[in-house]
Amino acid sequence: MDYILNLFLIIITAVLVNNVVLAQFLGICPFLGVSRKVETANGMGMAVTAVTVMASLVTFIIQKYVLNTFGLEYLQTIVFILVIASLVQMTEMVLRKSMPVLYQALGVFLPLITTNCCILGVAILVIQKDLDMIQGVVYSASTALGFWLAMVIFAGLREQLEMTDVPKSMKGVPIALITASLLAMAFMGFSGIGR
Amino acid sequence: MKRIASTMTNMVLVLTIVSVLAAGVLATVNRMTLPKIEKINQDMTGQGVRKVMGNENIQVASPDTCEGNILYRVTDSNGQSLGTAVVTETQGFGGPLKVMVGFSTEGVILGYTVLGTSETPGLGTKASSWFQKGGKGDIVGKNPSRNKLAVKQDKGEIDAITASTITSRAFLAAINNAYRSLNPDASVTITSASVLQQDTLNNLTTGKDR
Amino acid sequence: MNNLKIFLNGVVKENPTLVLLLGMCPTLGTTSSAINGLSMGVATTFVLIMSNFIISCIKNLVPDKVRIPCYIVVIASLVTLLQMLLQAYLPAIYATLGLYIPLIVVNCIILGRAESFAAKHGPGASIVDGLGMGIGFTWALTLLGAVREWLGTGILFRSDDFGLSGWTLQGEDYGILFFVLAPGAFLVLGYLIALFNQSIKK
Repeated sequence: MDYILNLFLIIITAVLVNNVVLAQFLGICPFLGVSRKVETANGMGMAVTAVTVMASLVTFIIQKYVLNTFGLEYLQTIVFILVIASLVQMTEMVLRKSMPVLYQALGVFLPLITTNCCILGVAILVIQKDLDMIQGVVYSASTALGFWLAMVIFAGLREQLEMTDVPKSMKGVPIALITASLLAMAFMGFSGIGR
Repeated sequence: MKRIASTMTNMVLVLTIVSVLAAGVLATVNRMTLPKIEKINQDMTGQGVRKVMGNENIQVASPDTCEGNILYRVTDSNGQSLGTAVVTETQGFGGPLKVMVGFSTEGVILGYTVLGTSETPGLGTKASSWFQKGGKGDIVGKNPSRNKLAVKQDKGEIDAITASTITSRAFLAAINNAYRSLNPDASVTITSASVLQQDTLNNLTTGKDR
Repeated sequence: MNNLKIFLNGVVKENPTLVLLLGMCPTLGTTSSAINGLSMGVATTFVLIMSNFIISCIKNLVPDKVRIPCYIVVIASLVTLLQMLLQAYLPAIYATLGLYIPLIVVNCIILGRAESFAAKHGPGASIVDGLGMGIGFTWALTLLGAVREWLGTGILFRSDDFGLSGWTLQGEDYGILFFVLAPGAFLVLGYLIALFNQSIKK
């Protein structure tokens, strides 16, 4: 029972309280870069979610059964980033062959994902927090869902922002950052839940 | 010089060479720095234990673990027991809060130090000075089985950090947790489990965060 | 292009933080104080110079199709190297920057410069480019950290890890906590970029 309650807390904390973008500052590049339209933000969110969960699972297994067993912990960063890069490549190939419809929706985002720090960050955090496999998967999935949620909300705001009249030097990224600030403030209202 | 063509053999060869070289360099540097890193970690633990015990001339035994807490039994140079330093962790406002606290053999708090925190900078980080001797929420010299170590809002006797009640609760829960791992049957006032549930309830019903 | 021009290009004209908008995660995540921003900037500059240098040296030995994996291996090794050295010799910095050190690997500035500069120029120019970009990144982070620390805590250049008591401006009682928290990071960066646009781009 405690274990289930704990999992529930992990979900709430990762999605709302410690939102990966708005509180932990991971995955900011795609958050600012591909958030002009809700549709693309949605695609990016989906792609990141899929890759994050797979990557954390694979890196978890490698860390526990290869790196820890052979005392190679110092190769963590290099191994994790290569795992992520090859996973992204594989996902791209599999999608292109087997699910062309989904590939059309997500394909353009996949190459961008390798340098999304959200994925490497979550993979490392799962190890640092000393979670077990189920907790790790739940944690990575809910963190990625938090990313997706923030992306979609932010894209919705930016679509409206396009139509407003802002000073010339504030156009584009500066006003988007200020909007993100307000959004982050809104998410701060969740802090303390689950503590 | 022209760039090497992308034939299969070349690609495999280059990738292998690059990876082997990288792994080799890292293995060498790792062998050079590992003893130093371990020594630094040990020194930091040793310094921490000395600080929380408030005593420089002590012997620190190798650590035990108990319910996820790490216990360092401490003796003076003659082997006389002086007490125990306990490292424990609870959930704070923004993530785990890791505390080391020193108890005398009677269970009186000798000192503490905050080892790791992801609390709100500027507020939660005040925990490292607030509860020290002479601080506003002084816990040094108190004994968790005699003094109720809880914030005043929870009818305890400790002043909470201004605007950081949750951090204060988490901190005191850590202290009580540490005490309980030394005296498993002591009835301490508040543990992390009860704080967790209470806070969750409070927040879900009132939506208040601090 | 002469070296001075390459250098200034990174520091001002194509400043990675304020103009190219690369490497936003460490920019926002590590700038709760000026010293933290400065440490992150210096750590990144180290990796940037080294990776630019190594990649410009090996660029002709790497077949085109596997160049990105090779670059990633080089960068990740450098970051791990930095991680080990910091842990051994400067544990205070290591403790402050924490997770953001391994994340230097995915900082888009580094792979970006490797691709767009080091892969096309010689080792000398690449080092200068790395230095310029690194300094551009560092000053932007330090400035952002300084503004947040000043408004948020009323003290400037304070660092408990280095034993710096800092320079008290309006004092801790008059700090606006908002600026140290996450929303403050977004807000200050937004205004800094706007100011930079206004004054320099024209």
